[in-house]
Amino acid sequence: MVVGWIILALIVIGVAYFVGIYNALVRLRNRVKNAWSQIDVQLKRRHDLIPNLVETAKGYMKHERETLEEVTKARTRAMGAGSVGEKSKAEADLSGALGRLMLVVENYPDLKANENFLAVQEELTSTENKIAFSRQSYNDSVLFFNNKIQMFPSNIIANTFNFTAEEFFEIEEAAEREVPKVSFTT
Amino acid sequence: MMWELIRQNRRKSLVLFVGMALLLSALGYAVGAVFDPEHGGIIGLALAIGLWIVLTLISVSSGDDIILKISRAREVTPDVHPRLFNVVEEMKIAAGLPAMPKVYIIDDPSPNAFAIGIKPEKSAVAVTAGLIERLNRDELQGVVAHEVSHISNRDSQLMTVAGIMLGSIVLIAHFFLRSLWFVPGSSRRYRRGAPGGSPQLQLIMIGVAIVLAILAPIFARLIYLAISRKREYLADATAAQLTRYPEGLASALEKISSAGLPLESANKVTAPMYIVNPLLKKDMKLSNLGSTHPPTEERVKILRSMAGRADYRSYQRAFSKIKKTHSAIIPSSGLRKTKRLEAREASTDDGAAKNAKKSAREVMDLMRAVNGYAFLVCACGLKMKLPPELSTPTIACPKCGKENEVPGVELATVGAVVGAVTGAGAAGGGEGSETIGESGAPSQRYEYVRKGTGWETFSCACGNRLQLSPAFRGSVITCKLCNRTTTIK
Repeated sequence: MVVGWIILALIVIGVAYFVGIYNALVRLRNRVKNAWSQIDVQLKRRHDLIPNLVETAKGYMKHERETLEEVTKARTRAMGAGSVGEKSKAEADLSGALGRLMLVVENYPDLKANENFLAVQEELTSTENKIAFSRQSYNDSVLFFNNKIQMFPSNIIANTFNFTAEEFFEIEEAAEREVPKVSFTT
Repeated sequence: MMWELIRQNRRKSLVLFVGMALLLSALGYAVGAVFDPEHGGIIGLALAIGLWIVLTLISVSSGDDIILKISRAREVTPDVHPRLFNVVEEMKIAAGLPAMPKVYIIDDPSPNAFAIGIKPEKSAVAVTAGLIERLNRDELQGVVAHEVSHISNRDSQLMTVAGIMLGSIVLIAHFFLRSLWFVPGSSRRYRRGAPGGSPQLQLIMIGVAIVLAILAPIFARLIYLAISRKREYLADATAAQLTRYPEGLASALEKISSAGLPLESANKVTAPMYIVNPLLKKDMKLSNLGSTHPPTEERVKILRSMAGRADYRSYQRAFSKIKKTHSAIIPSSGLRKTKRLEAREASTDDGAAKNAKKSAREVMDLMRAVNGYAFLVCACGLKMKLPPELSTPTIACPKCGKENEVPGVELATVGAVVGAVTGAGAAGGGEGSETIGESGAPSQRYEYVRKGTGWETFSCACGNRLQLSPAFRGSVITCKLCNRTTTIK
């Protein structure tokens, strides 16, 4: 009788333990997903800001048509990008184009003093930062999640319920170097 | 890894918490036993725990609001200061907070900041106007990162719990020592009348209680301060990791401490929450044990010794080097899984280059926006700042004389409208911005039409909220702030 109770108790504890691990895995996977959607939100926000920026800059930058067009084109490409690989390439191009635009802004003191431009610039700087920080946070979450599904004993549960390792969001070194100072100057 | 850290912190916090709880229980028991050796101990214990529960309930339910109110912090909307909001949101994303903290501004020239939030879901960050005025973007980011770290590391939670415990212990000890002082011999009388307890035992009990009542608050405070200091280091480390830029926080800390302005609305209770001790600076030099914050120079030095890196391990290494100790700020299990992180470059920012006068004006405008001023740009380009108590429908521009419509005057004004324009040229600086002075001419009459018979509130022309009770039968009401009378219909 007593032995029966003990066995029952052990089974209950065991089940509770596994349920706990399972829930922790689900929580972590959701955190990864949430972090990914954060990146998406910020990328979209950047796309939304660009027409405003170009519109403001146009009036002042008569001789920088190409630079502005380049930004607009890069934006269109980035918005149309489908796969993750395409996307990160297109976004990196967009960052590069924006960086070049911000460098030539230096030559237009009137534009730099424009209140509307300053506001867009602050928003853009912040959005760039937010993209970087959400990538940082996403990669942290992925690392933690991947560790968890590879380590004992949570790996048993992970294998049983098909939790698969998530990919890191890496930015190619070259692209990264191309946007050294997207936190533009005034 | 951040979550590892949080878990480690929770474990350590629990140990300290239990230690403080034991101290509180022992004190309660000893004090109770002095008054009644038979049942007093248990009663004392129950009272001590009861006091603690009451204080906990108060601080959990409304502690944050009380602190914000004491600190004279005002909640602001994103349009008041977009950059501040952006920086807070950036750090919210970096730290992975579940919700955006509310943003508060304290109208004070002394640069400082604090964060509250027992739960990360419901938190707030408060910064002073002086901080916004002095810091550039990177520095502001460093400070906000430090504050957000307090929230994400559950420091605010721990400090609240520890603070309540400390408060209860101090209260009980204080009460007990006072009771001995004011009623001499009362304990002796109790002792004689008490059945059962032997006089010797009773005497020992009194001795123990007195010693505890003197030592417990001291110990509790030392523990509290030790936690507080360690949390500051840890938040610095997390801030460096979140921003990838330790120099931002380092130079912000330098600017804050070199400003040398005490924060008016801070007091002994709220002081430990701020990023740098907002009270007098002289206790910086005092022994470490008695201060709520680690010496600022030391924090700056550690942040600058991270050798171009931004991870926890580098912070720990710099900490050990500067402090010459092996004590761990970051639990070693948290260090194990960290990667090496390179610090980023400084963002070239206008903040430093901006002249002081311009940024001071910006902050003044900011505080006006917080205080409900409206901004009106005249056709001639002059930006007028209209105080909330302005109640005239139009205002003449002090520069070109054009009559401009005042946006959003809701209160019905009766009688002659006298827009007294004062302050032209008095605001200082002169070029392009003047403040329209108060325009409340005494001849103006105001009226308010009651909608029903229940409780009603409306704002006086000065912006003060006036309340009418269902029992109000009078025909006029006088505002306590501006002495305007408003007719009630």
